[in-house]
Amino acid sequence: MTAQLVVFYLVAAVAVIGSLGVVLTRNVVHAAFMLLVALLAVAGIFLVAVAEFLALAQILIYGGAVTVVVLFAIMLTRTDDQPRTDHSQRPLALLTAVGVFALLVVVFIGSDVASVADTRGVGTENETGFEALGLGLFTDWAIPFEVASLVLLVSLIGAILLARNVEDGE
Amino acid sequence: MLELAHFQVLSAALFSIGIFGVLARRSAVLVLISIELMLNAVNVNLVGIAAFSERAADVRVFGQILVVFIITIAAAEIGLALAIVLRVFRNRGSANVDDLNVMKW
Repeated sequence: MTAQLVVFYLVAAVAVIGSLGVVLTRNVVHAAFMLLVALLAVAGIFLVAVAEFLALAQILIYGGAVTVVVLFAIMLTRTDDQPRTDHSQRPLALLTAVGVFALLVVVFIGSDVASVADTRGVGTENETGFEALGLGLFTDWAIPFEVASLVLLVSLIGAILLARNVEDGE
Repeated sequence: MLELAHFQVLSAALFSIGIFGVLARRSAVLVLISIELMLNAVNVNLVGIAAFSERAADVRVFGQILVVFIITIAAAEIGLALAIVLRVFRNRGSANVDDLNVMKW
């Protein structure tokens, strides 16, 4: 159990450092790579919580697809001059972020969810594996699953239409 | 001993870092990256609660199924939003959110 806790703290530290890097670094490309670090660390968190499928999906979709798309967008929207990356409302944003963090922690600690939760902890009863996930996804959640695939298709077509170069002749 | 509170505090931390990024960054791409961070914070929270719930396994897995849908929507969102950013950049020569003030009164 303590080993689990140590792994959790390590991976969580990487996730927090990575996401701080995303919002603090001045270089846009560095921000994209720090995003990759943070998202892979979140995949590690999923593994600690015994959600193997989600960890794999996270690595494939975020590590593979999203980071590449973000890097392409950075490459294509690059201007010659490197302007300041941060807004003038930065102090206010810091205040808001700290306020939201405090509020969320107070609400989480004070909520009933923690007392309802299983005190035996993660991994004692490993039934939420691939099989349960697949069964749930294709029985109770079959219609939302199909709708999600439609949403993906429509957004793909929309993205192609939007990003297409109209000047090149239709 | 790993507890639900660990996941919740981590989720709150990632979410507020994402909020800071959305409010403080000027580049539209960086704002979108920060939104991805916030979506991931929600995923961490859902996975944590799904792992610690004392319901039966076939109910408990619903938390993970919700995460699958959130990942799907996040992928659709980032693709579409980056296409819009690209189009805005081509039309206006800038991808900074504070340069897009035509509709500001």
